[in-house]
Amino acid sequence: MRSPRLSWFNVVSTFILLVVVVVTLYPFLHMLAVSLSSDVHVMKNTVSFWPKGFNLNMYKLVLGDSQIWVAYKNTLIYTVLGTFISLVVTSTGAYALSRSDMALRKSFTLLIVVTMFFSGGMIPTFLVVRSLDLVDTVWGMVLPGAVSTWNLILMRTFFSGIPKELEESGRIDGLNDIGIFIRIIVPLSKASFATIALFYAVGMWNNFIYPLLYLRSPDLFPLQVLLRNLVLAGSASSGDVTSIGGDNMVIEESLKYATIMVSTLPILIVYPFVQKYFVKGAMIGAVKG
Amino acid sequence: MRKKVHRRPQRHKTGILRTWNKNKALWLLFLPCLLYYLIFRYAPMFGLVVTFKDYNLFKGIWASDWVGLKYYRMFIENPDFWPLMKNTFLLGLYKLFFGFPAPILLAILLNEVRKAAFKRVVQTVSYLPHFISNVIVASMVIMFLSPTGGLINNLLGAIGIGPINFMNEPGLFRGIYVLSEIWQHIGWETIIYLAALTAIDPQLYEAADMDGASRMRKIWHVTLPGISPAIVITLILNIGKVLEIGFEKVFLMQNPAIYDTADIISTYVYRVGMVQGNFSYGASIDLFMGVISLIFIYTANYISRRVSETSLW
Repeated sequence: MRSPRLSWFNVVSTFILLVVVVVTLYPFLHMLAVSLSSDVHVMKNTVSFWPKGFNLNMYKLVLGDSQIWVAYKNTLIYTVLGTFISLVVTSTGAYALSRSDMALRKSFTLLIVVTMFFSGGMIPTFLVVRSLDLVDTVWGMVLPGAVSTWNLILMRTFFSGIPKELEESGRIDGLNDIGIFIRIIVPLSKASFATIALFYAVGMWNNFIYPLLYLRSPDLFPLQVLLRNLVLAGSASSGDVTSIGGDNMVIEESLKYATIMVSTLPILIVYPFVQKYFVKGAMIGAVKG
Repeated sequence: MRKKVHRRPQRHKTGILRTWNKNKALWLLFLPCLLYYLIFRYAPMFGLVVTFKDYNLFKGIWASDWVGLKYYRMFIENPDFWPLMKNTFLLGLYKLFFGFPAPILLAILLNEVRKAAFKRVVQTVSYLPHFISNVIVASMVIMFLSPTGGLINNLLGAIGIGPINFMNEPGLFRGIYVLSEIWQHIGWETIIYLAALTAIDPQLYEAADMDGASRMRKIWHVTLPGISPAIVITLILNIGKVLEIGFEKVFLMQNPAIYDTADIISTYVYRVGMVQGNFSYGASIDLFMGVISLIFIYTANYISRRVSETSLW
């Protein structure tokens, strides 16, 4: 018997997997290192993945800027409110659709599935949002994307896996369908609620297209729009100094990396803890399609 | 005759009434969802009549004048038409060609890893970029590729190449975009295949062992056939999405210097429709592409049903 540990296959595949890990992690480590290094080393391009001349100046600059805090607050509002609304509408809809005794279930399902393949597109949707006076309001951020068809189908699959007997026992105790949903289904589906909530929250946190289309006033802008204005648009217009720096001459690169880190940190910190829920949710969606 | 007509509505009525009573609560639960789909998904579809009208801000959709196919003709006769179609199509095709097999390879490699801890580390790390926003990914790409102090140009400089102004070279955009897409989503997309892999009967591997099959042979004869339904379904979905390249990232990564290859239908729609306010024209282009996409997914599904008996519907 050959030892599997030394076979070519193992050597090559381990090498490829290590490359995947390095290529994925290195960019983040590099950004962190540059943002924590002193100007001299950044200018000389000698920073790799370990900070040289450690200092927190860039973070002081970024966190001292009021725009960042306004954007943070907006993003939090959109994420919390949006996730809540999405979760309520999706879970109630998914539960109704999961019940085989619901009349017109097939028609409703068809109505929903059709939207996966065909949509009105960017402009007619904008016209609808505008005619409802949602442009430049918090509601314009949270309502137009409230339900993701994919998440709805995922939740319906979760719910239809719950044994019918539990519902029947609730009915014997005199609950109606809404009571069964609130008292029996919701407590039984905490894991699925958590998964879907996480999907919606990440989507909302990262959303860029809705604010681009539906927001006008800068004091409503979320983090992603601010980030784009500072990091991407800023590089085209203002040369070496970005607007956060004010009059100070700052290394544009470190400042931008610090801004990116500040806005990504919440996800990077929460990610290891919630990662397994994401995966579980996606797995169930994958297996049952 | 008359009796029938008289009797039918009555039976109908009691039927409806009974259904209503039985389903009241369920329909009530479904109501918010229904309203959402009617308002934000179906109303825009009816709003597509603007593509046959000369949309006037003050008259609104319904009172604006009919213009028939004017805007469709305008788009097809536009000198930008073919370049845009080509860019959209090629970008989608590149992404399909390189982006589709990547997660399958990764999933197979992960499946062969014997050390559970190593497997878990690789998985956890590779999922991460999926949760980073497009704004940040685009920022990272542009900054790393910057000719002044960008990470990639520093590395190239160390081996005596460069500096290359990557984001101003139209010829490089597609490659950069597709690579960044693979970087961002490869890990996450392995999940569907890893799920399919867990469903393969371990006895098949044991039987292959008995027959003296090597690792590669087992992958070829057991693993791949085991996940082929998942591969086919994902392939159909991806073919259907060839023309629906995510707007956000292309929009964030492009700049006028590389419009030759980086301008696609959705970013063009945004520019003429939303920025220049030409709603009818923009919406027409969008609908035109939507119909082509629909034909794509329908054809892919049809072929798959014929060839492999796996299909979406």
